[in-house]
Amino acid sequence: MLLETKNLTKRFGGLIAVNNVNFSIERGKINAIIGPNGAGKSTFFNLISGFHKPTAGQIIFKGEDITHLPANKRAKLGIARTFQTTHLFEQSTVLDNVIIGHRLRTSSTLFDAIFRTKRLKREEAQCKEKAMEVLEFVGLTDAAHKIVANISQEEKKRAAFALALATDPEVILLDEPAAGVNPDETEGLEELIVKMAEYGITVCLIEHKMQMIMKIAHKIMVLNYGEKIAEGTPEEIKNNEIVIQAYLGGSAIA
Amino acid sequence: MIAVLKQKKIAALAILFALAFPLLIPNNYYLHMMTLSFIWMIAVYGLNLLAGYTGYLSLAHAGFFAIGAYTLAILTVKAGLNFWLAFFLSCVISSFIGFLVGLVALRTKEHFFAIYTLCVGYIIYLVIDKWDNLTGGVRGFIGIPSPANIGPISFQTPVSQYYLVLFFLLLVVFVMYRIVYSLTGRTYIAIRNSEELALTIGISTMKDKLVSFVLSIFFTSLAGALYASFIRFLGPDIGYISVMFDLLIFLLVGGIGTMSGPVVGTLLMTSISQQLQFLQDYRMLIFGPILTLLVIFYPRGVVGGVIHWKTKRTENNRDSRVGKISSHSSNEKQVKEG
Amino acid sequence: MEFFIQQLLNGLTVGSVYSLVALGLTLVYGILHIPNFAHGALYMMGGYVTLTMMSKSGLPYWLAIVISMIVIGTLGVLLERLVFYPLRDAPPLHDKIAAIGILLFLEAFAQFVWGADYQTMPTPYGKVVNLFGLTLTAQRLLIITSTIAIMVLLYFFLKKTFIGATIIAMSQNREGANLVGININKVAMMTFMISGSLAALAASLASPINLVFPGMGHLVILKAFVIIILGGMGSVPGAIIGGYILGFSESLGATYISNDYKDIIAFVILVIILTIKPTGLFVRRGQS
Repeated sequence: MLLETKNLTKRFGGLIAVNNVNFSIERGKINAIIGPNGAGKSTFFNLISGFHKPTAGQIIFKGEDITHLPANKRAKLGIARTFQTTHLFEQSTVLDNVIIGHRLRTSSTLFDAIFRTKRLKREEAQCKEKAMEVLEFVGLTDAAHKIVANISQEEKKRAAFALALATDPEVILLDEPAAGVNPDETEGLEELIVKMAEYGITVCLIEHKMQMIMKIAHKIMVLNYGEKIAEGTPEEIKNNEIVIQAYLGGSAIA
Repeated sequence: MIAVLKQKKIAALAILFALAFPLLIPNNYYLHMMTLSFIWMIAVYGLNLLAGYTGYLSLAHAGFFAIGAYTLAILTVKAGLNFWLAFFLSCVISSFIGFLVGLVALRTKEHFFAIYTLCVGYIIYLVIDKWDNLTGGVRGFIGIPSPANIGPISFQTPVSQYYLVLFFLLLVVFVMYRIVYSLTGRTYIAIRNSEELALTIGISTMKDKLVSFVLSIFFTSLAGALYASFIRFLGPDIGYISVMFDLLIFLLVGGIGTMSGPVVGTLLMTSISQQLQFLQDYRMLIFGPILTLLVIFYPRGVVGGVIHWKTKRTENNRDSRVGKISSHSSNEKQVKEG
Repeated sequence: MEFFIQQLLNGLTVGSVYSLVALGLTLVYGILHIPNFAHGALYMMGGYVTLTMMSKSGLPYWLAIVISMIVIGTLGVLLERLVFYPLRDAPPLHDKIAAIGILLFLEAFAQFVWGADYQTMPTPYGKVVNLFGLTLTAQRLLIITSTIAIMVLLYFFLKKTFIGATIIAMSQNREGANLVGININKVAMMTFMISGSLAALAASLASPINLVFPGMGHLVILKAFVIIILGGMGSVPGAIIGGYILGFSESLGATYISNDYKDIIAFVILVIILTIKPTGLFVRRGQS
């Protein structure tokens, strides 16, 4: 197990968004979190990546307590994430967007920048190389020099993946990676996610597209009203009475 | 590559022109105006680093301009320090004050940051206005020395002062250029683009914002110190909101988040001001609406507009002649403020 | 003790004016999420319009105020239509800069039309009255009472009328308001109308004890921003309470600390608030 939450709880005022959740992300696997809208999935992600401070509970990463670590330090430890909206800089090229992803592995300062030191030149080359490498990994080599505003939604998603991968993560958290992408393109993204896991990067994703989850996930956790109501393999989840109950009235499970 | 070469050529031509200006137009009045607008450009570059590249609109920069100017005045006249030591110290002291302000201000975002810095700017103005013993209050501060000699070079003539200010301007532009096209600059742009995203890719945003903020204030206070030694008289007005708005207009007209925007915007607006001199205090009757119309209809500014047009053109070209043009189509990209 | 109560009364007067200005600012922020930097210029224009109505047209004080409120309210609506509406989808930097442009224009306009001099506004309420052993001018009493009256009116308008309820609904949830068929444009215009009128009223009430000049709005608007950060951006009761808190702090500060630096008190409060809580006090859930 790579990352683990213990009794993780988050309250907003009187509202409990995440309640006492124990969950572990298995190393090298594709871990999925599903649940109806407002079940606390996004909050859970924000807790793991460090955007919210938990009200109670612990987050353990590779045996180390990271509960109180800020988001940028977690990224340095190897936890990357993407957002539902890609947040890419639209007026810039794909490559320029991705280069900055490796910044956290470099150490050049303002001084290096002003005097264009050897270290800066070396690290700039290193960042660019890394960017090209991850762009190749996600299949965007040809689009590297295109302006982000001119590429398709699916390509933007891939670029966002590339940016996260450029940080050299051990685990990547994907927030609805296939949202706003048509079914054909979804398959391409599926393949990419599987490829990441095969490459040794642990994946944890939130997704509404049930078909996709059932196909690629090794392990699924179901959240409802902030509580974990089930956990298991896709087969187990499909046949779980409580899960089916929770989804009745919402979108039916595929 | 062709575009890069072209840009370098334009920059070289501009520098050549600036160097030859006193010879081409040996007119003290124009020289004075040019020197003054160079000083404003330095301040606008400071603002641009923060507002254009890092995405934080500070409304306190006129205040820091004034701090730079008054510190120089006080250190030279009241404390009797050597000019260049005082000059250096006034930038350092202003930056340090900026550092303290930044520690608090940069924890806030967007509206709060703008309101907060607006208030900081006003406090600075108020202190300068009320602290009679130190600043001369409303009566102003007179008798500031012009720059002291460096070895055999003296800065008593308008031409020598022109070259001194030009030297600092080129230095600032050079440093800006180096920063913007480095990993550090990319980091600032990433913060401007989305602070959340920047955090998730491991950027310690607070530290980078603080460095950018302090450096931005360093530039602006440098401009202030130059202003004090050039004009040799200071009133509290230089810290007033109207100066802040001048800086904003210069930046916005030229193109926020562009390398050459501050030069273009300042030159353009100061020369328009010259034409509108008959309006005196009422020039804001024209400038106010210009500023408003600009953000509504043309937020890119002059340089931003040119870059946008060029990017579009090369994109089209690339589509028709795939692979022929390398990636460096437009070296200068505008950072759209968010 | 008597002196102390006198200071409290002063605070109440100043606080009333602050509250009125802050109310307009907070309403606009609540609806459109714009920190309207031009609000102080509306305040200043309000002062001048009332003054002109009285001096040039010879209208009585009250009638002049009503006209001023209508004129400035309309000016507010115009700003919304011509400037803020076209910028509704622009990056947040833009409407701030646009507001600054308006501010510059209106100030230069005032200077152009009325001159840069400080002018006094005559008032029919200049008499000194004795109230429970305290002496104060009738004008101060008028400021306090009419502010309270306006607040009560505003309260009923927001709570009891349909359009008032929609303003509240929209400030709480813009998208939701859109879904249930509220005409956002109408509400936005209405809000600017109210906001401008309140600024004009505040200026007209305060001018007889202060003065009328092109820069009269600067300090007031800055303080109003401090107040709405203190009271919660977009909160109506917050603006009222915050206004009085600042009014009292200033009048006590002027007495016991220094009259010269009393204007800094507001900013010290702001620095303290934002140091402790960078997102302001009383942030609504889901906004942080």
